[in-house]
Amino acid sequence: MKLRLHRFALIGVHVLLAGFALLMLLPFVWMLTASLKTKLDFFESLFFPGGNGLFGVAWDRLTLENYRRLGSELAVPRAMLNSVFLASVTSLGATLTAAMGGYALAKFSFPGREWLTSLVVSALIIPAPLLLAPGYQVLFQLNLLDSYAGLFLPALAPPFGVFLFRQAMLHSVPAELIEAARIDGAGEIRIFFALVLPLVRPMIGAFLLITFLGVWNNFIQPQVVLQSPERLPLSVAINSLRGIYGADYGLIMAGTLVSIAPVMCLFLLLQKEFISGLTQGAVKG
Amino acid sequence: MKHRHPVLPRASIRAFPAWTPWLFLTPFLVVFTLFTLWPLTRSLTLSFQQTFGPGASRYVGLGNFQFLLQDPLFWKATRNTLIFTVASVALQVPLALGLALLLNRPGLRGRAFLRLVFFSPSLVGLVFVGMLFALVFEKRTGLLNTLLHTVIPAFDPDFGWLHSSILTSLVLAALWLYVGLNMVYFLAALQNVPADLIEAASIDGATAWQRFRHIVLPEIKPVAGLVVLLSIVGSFQLFELPWVLLDNSSGPDNGGLTLVMYLYQTGFLTGDLGYASAIGWVITLVLVTLALLHRRIMRRSE
Repeated sequence: MKLRLHRFALIGVHVLLAGFALLMLLPFVWMLTASLKTKLDFFESLFFPGGNGLFGVAWDRLTLENYRRLGSELAVPRAMLNSVFLASVTSLGATLTAAMGGYALAKFSFPGREWLTSLVVSALIIPAPLLLAPGYQVLFQLNLLDSYAGLFLPALAPPFGVFLFRQAMLHSVPAELIEAARIDGAGEIRIFFALVLPLVRPMIGAFLLITFLGVWNNFIQPQVVLQSPERLPLSVAINSLRGIYGADYGLIMAGTLVSIAPVMCLFLLLQKEFISGLTQGAVKG
Repeated sequence: MKHRHPVLPRASIRAFPAWTPWLFLTPFLVVFTLFTLWPLTRSLTLSFQQTFGPGASRYVGLGNFQFLLQDPLFWKATRNTLIFTVASVALQVPLALGLALLLNRPGLRGRAFLRLVFFSPSLVGLVFVGMLFALVFEKRTGLLNTLLHTVIPAFDPDFGWLHSSILTSLVLAALWLYVGLNMVYFLAALQNVPADLIEAASIDGATAWQRFRHIVLPEIKPVAGLVVLLSIVGSFQLFELPWVLLDNSSGPDNGGLTLVMYLYQTGFLTGDLGYASAIGWVITLVLVTLALLHRRIMRRSE
């Protein structure tokens, strides 16, 4: 009796979760189908246009026209390249500086270490909006407005990253190994790159992805710092599509889809590292 | 403890040149000083100034803060932000925990796939969520109204979510975006709950609720606290989602105006970086207070 009840409950759980998963996926599916439809079909059908084809769908009415227009008429390919460039360079640079900083705080004992560690930890609490206006003024004074350096340089000091790498190195880089390498005559820089970094590989993957996502999805920073249209990343460029092509829903959905597809693919490749990196600090404390 | 055996550790410390840690710290320290510490001190002086763009300013003392107190737009923004925060956390945290509990059930099939599905929206940037949901919430042709009208024929397909219920739309979009992320945190915590303890309790006749209340809940309390704190911190910084959703505006009657949106408008559309900094300090003060409160509560419960 109890077992049967348990069985029914388990089926119920499956149904409930599947239903919720469907709800979560619907916006994605809707966006995909909208991007494949003409303007007219967008208004006439919710997902696929009805017809006599397989599954009652008029497959021949679907079109790649919206994607073609994104590629040829609009500045979307250029913005995509800008985003790829900015996100790659920033995530590589920020991961390197964060790993270096974390290494110094975790594996060396020197005067000022405790003080610096608490500085990094307290910096975690500074909300980004507080630095928005003064940061803009600093960029103005350094003559970095409307340049990629103005976006890239400030991102090179992530307190969160330094903290994450410090934790990772405390756990997975044994001091004996470093000392042994020193006795063998390895230089400090070689020890870092050849010995220490490979030991925290999962954290490198996680932090690269976290930073890449953050830069790719960042809107307020490029919106404030950049002015030249040819420098804009996807987030800002896609948002401005709506002002020009407001009622062209298929085109807008195609643009949005193209903007989120690359990070989705990247995530699928690196998802294990990403989730473990995200939850590591939270659970292990 | 540290000084009991001064000889051994000292010897090994001496093995590296004294400048080594500083070499590794230099890039971080230079950038951090230039782009975090300097703006941080700047934001203090700025909040006592009125500026006209980044170049021209005049000293106004506490004028910005005095003006804030009687600025109806600031209060409107505070009100909207608070409503969004409370509604969002109240809806999001129980739902995320519920999903995690269901997903953690032994014997469940397709766990990895479901987790991926629930988590995937949190990869989508706020701007892109705004673009997508602006159309999802559209009158007549939008996904939401069409579905609601199909399920409940009495539902008016011309209902304007982004006109009449902006905050509800925001809460819904944020729910879609973040519930999976919060679920992942809970799921990671649930995996730390010892399974044999639960088994022993159910053999002893503990009901599902008793097992949850006395075994699971104490174990996931720190993570629950963290999820609540992070949700509040994130909600307080809400800007891109309403801004894009409402087509680069604060919406009809400023119904979607949030604190950070007001900061952006005053600082970068009006050009008063001083007033914007004052708003920034108010946000910071609230968040720091909450973080300290959170730490105190967590310490007490330990």
